[in-house]
Amino acid sequence: MDSALILEWVIKSAILIFVLLTGFAYLTLFERRALARIQVRIGPNRAGPFGLLQPVADGLKLIFKEELTPAEADKVLFTLAPVVTVVPALILAAVIPWGRDVTLFGRQVSLSVADLNVGVLYIMAVSSIAVYGIVLAGWSSNNKYALLGGLRSSAQMISYELALGLAFVPAILLADSMRMVDIVEAQHPWWFVVIQPVGTAIFLIATLAEVNRAPFDMPEAEQELTAGYHTEYSGMKFALFFMAEYAKMIVISSIAATLFFGGYLGPGVDRYPWLGPLYLFIKIVILLFGMIWLRATFPRIRYDRLMAFGWKVLLPLALAVTFITALGIVLEMLWLIPVLSLAAGLFTVAMVHRALRRKAYARA
Amino acid sequence: MTPLQLVFLLTAALTLVAAFRVVTTRNLVHAALWLVVTLFGVAVLFVLLNAPFLAVVQVVVYIGAIAVLFIFAIMLTRREMRDQGAQLNKGWWAAALVSLLTFGGLFWLTRSWDGFTRTAAPLPTGQDTLSALGKALVSPDAFVLPFEIASVLLLAALVGAVYVAYREK
Repeated sequence: MDSALILEWVIKSAILIFVLLTGFAYLTLFERRALARIQVRIGPNRAGPFGLLQPVADGLKLIFKEELTPAEADKVLFTLAPVVTVVPALILAAVIPWGRDVTLFGRQVSLSVADLNVGVLYIMAVSSIAVYGIVLAGWSSNNKYALLGGLRSSAQMISYELALGLAFVPAILLADSMRMVDIVEAQHPWWFVVIQPVGTAIFLIATLAEVNRAPFDMPEAEQELTAGYHTEYSGMKFALFFMAEYAKMIVISSIAATLFFGGYLGPGVDRYPWLGPLYLFIKIVILLFGMIWLRATFPRIRYDRLMAFGWKVLLPLALAVTFITALGIVLEMLWLIPVLSLAAGLFTVAMVHRALRRKAYARA
Repeated sequence: MTPLQLVFLLTAALTLVAAFRVVTTRNLVHAALWLVVTLFGVAVLFVLLNAPFLAVVQVVVYIGAIAVLFIFAIMLTRREMRDQGAQLNKGWWAAALVSLLTFGGLFWLTRSWDGFTRTAAPLPTGQDTLSALGKALVSPDAFVLPFEIASVLLLAALVGAVYVAYREK
């Protein structure tokens, strides 16, 4: 192991963290502007041209806010919780490949911080740690609303983690590897979203629940819980929770893009490897816009329905999709996978529709 | 001392301290969190042993699922987080004796083993340990029977949990 290699890793990690933090700041602006447009408003446009300095202003405001710690709080855990929330969000990004190897200053440089042979499992492991930050924040605040928010979100994240984990399996099976680079390269010429559309849908829904975004933002439902697990947090500690949520949105979009939407693949990427990061960036922005669009469109799901949806709909469907993918690979008939899984998906939608209609009749 | 040994010693010390705190701390949530630190230490040991798959699975299963459920259950069921009862019961001397005997026996056994002084043979490069492990788990020559028995046991536990919790409407 030479020192140049260590230097390379340090530089790549620094760049990645810098990109994530800037991305977080501008994602908040993007979200506010996009939401405003959808609601026929203008949104923040005063600070700088097109409101581009708004994130800076927000950051400065949060730094100068007073930091409050409740007297009855568990001080150590109260301080630790925001850190435990942010760190997984940042280190998740380490395994995402941004492109093929490029030559830089006469060195062969791979465009990912770490190329693990268990990349997908690493993602699962780190995202399962992310629950702790929220649970600890809720518990250590010593506040009813915060505790309820923390409990809700841990229940929700544990429930949807199962469907999420199963949604990884089709991509692993189709690529025959858990290495992220292999998964991307296996999507040539067909992206996995074409082969396994239902699996992709399950993945996107489950990730939405995993990052506590609308319509699954029960842990911070304002009307019931004031602000959920971060009720007692102010100043930079609150900003860390905020940062974790948005950084996780970015990272999870990049994971979805890598696993199902061809990652850095795109026309011309064989000739010019530097196009890879650009393609991945475009895909991430599109997926992020989808998340914001969903937030503007759907009302929050009631808590019992959220749980029922996760356990009774998503989990069985994810199992079926896994089985269908394995079946298609064993029979060597890949066309069977989209056909059967779409049939299973449509069947599920029909059954949910029937159940909801029956309830509506029973009430009338 | 190589850097690897240093990392091992630090990890082992941290794991032991955390494990000790799990049983001595009065606050149940703190105990669960010390348990998480212990489990992390074990995951690091797996990494040091060149078993990244086991390390990651250790994190997913034990830290990401089981310890979270511990904390969840404590928060749902306990109002008072501090445990007031005595931390030792009457049989503590018997337990101490048994653990001392076990430690002594293990110490005596491993003293005659030359594995400590030998350096491990380097792993053959390019070997895919992950798929070898996966194939071993489902191959009839290897571990398919224990694997299936464990699965059935887990299923039985699941059904049992549902039965215990089920209330006739």
